[in-house]
Amino acid sequence: MRLSPDELIFWQYGFIKLDATIVYTWGLMLVMVVGSKTITSKLSTGLERSRWQNILEIIVTGILEQIEDVGLDQPKKYLGFLGTLFLFIGVANLCIIIPGYEPPTGSLSTTAALALCVFVAVPLFGIEEQGVGNYLKTYTEPTIIMLPFNIISEISRTLALAIRLFGNIMSGTMIVAILLTITPFIFPDLMIALGLLVGMVQAYIFSVLATVYIAAATREHKHRPKQEQKTAEQE
Amino acid sequence: MALDNYTTIIAVASIVTSGITIGIGVIGPAIGEGRSVATALSSMAQQPDASATITRTLFVGLAMIESLAIYCFVVSMILIFANPFWNHALT
Repeated sequence: MRLSPDELIFWQYGFIKLDATIVYTWGLMLVMVVGSKTITSKLSTGLERSRWQNILEIIVTGILEQIEDVGLDQPKKYLGFLGTLFLFIGVANLCIIIPGYEPPTGSLSTTAALALCVFVAVPLFGIEEQGVGNYLKTYTEPTIIMLPFNIISEISRTLALAIRLFGNIMSGTMIVAILLTITPFIFPDLMIALGLLVGMVQAYIFSVLATVYIAAATREHKHRPKQEQKTAEQE
Repeated sequence: MALDNYTTIIAVASIVTSGITIGIGVIGPAIGEGRSVATALSSMAQQPDASATITRTLFVGLAMIESLAIYCFVVSMILIFANPFWNHALT
């Protein structure tokens, strides 16, 4: 029994391997890039529009609304990063209805790479928004004693992000594989249906958590003057 | 024969430990999820207007609580299917 699609190797030459994770990741990337290119190449601004344009507009405006709800003021600036995360994880998890497909998100390498992207992007957005000094100062909030704990939380939440996605998707495929040996016909299908729901929820969670982290890194200095004003007024 | 004993001990310890891991590790998240769903339901019954916000926060919270149980599951799966001690004993 395979723990992750890393162990399914299609082609090998020396130490260069093509495993299922790489193949399916690139396949998904190809499908998504080519698909959105062909759809967006003939956009229309009139009332007559294709159904594919409609579905893309629904997805993009939905993601924008969600980002704004979580607390980022300029959702369009973060749409490229957060939308990519959501769409890639969502499509990767939804494709499990295709027979023979193994979700690349069920491999710890993929989820670790995605979590590392978040780990790098959060300080970058924070520094861009409030400068290096102010951003570094947020690590010593509320007191300097909290500095090591803030750094630990930065690392542990990245780890948690990776393991959460990996564990959920891996457990879905594992349960289907185990059920196939016990009750072959109906129950695996039900578990795959549950896996679709879990996959979408996990894609949503991953992008919402990334949004929350970015919001926490960029928000600080906007709120602090307000609080100071309030305390000044009260005094 | 000595090798056999080592691998048997490692196998038994791994299997028993993985069972205990998932069994005990699921207790806490189960209690937490039950409490959070119950609280969310009662607050949605009191304020139906806020149900959209409550549902979104509930889903995020449930996934975060559930990830604790998932950590235990990952550990038990590693102990059974990708046991590092087992591979070490074989080589």
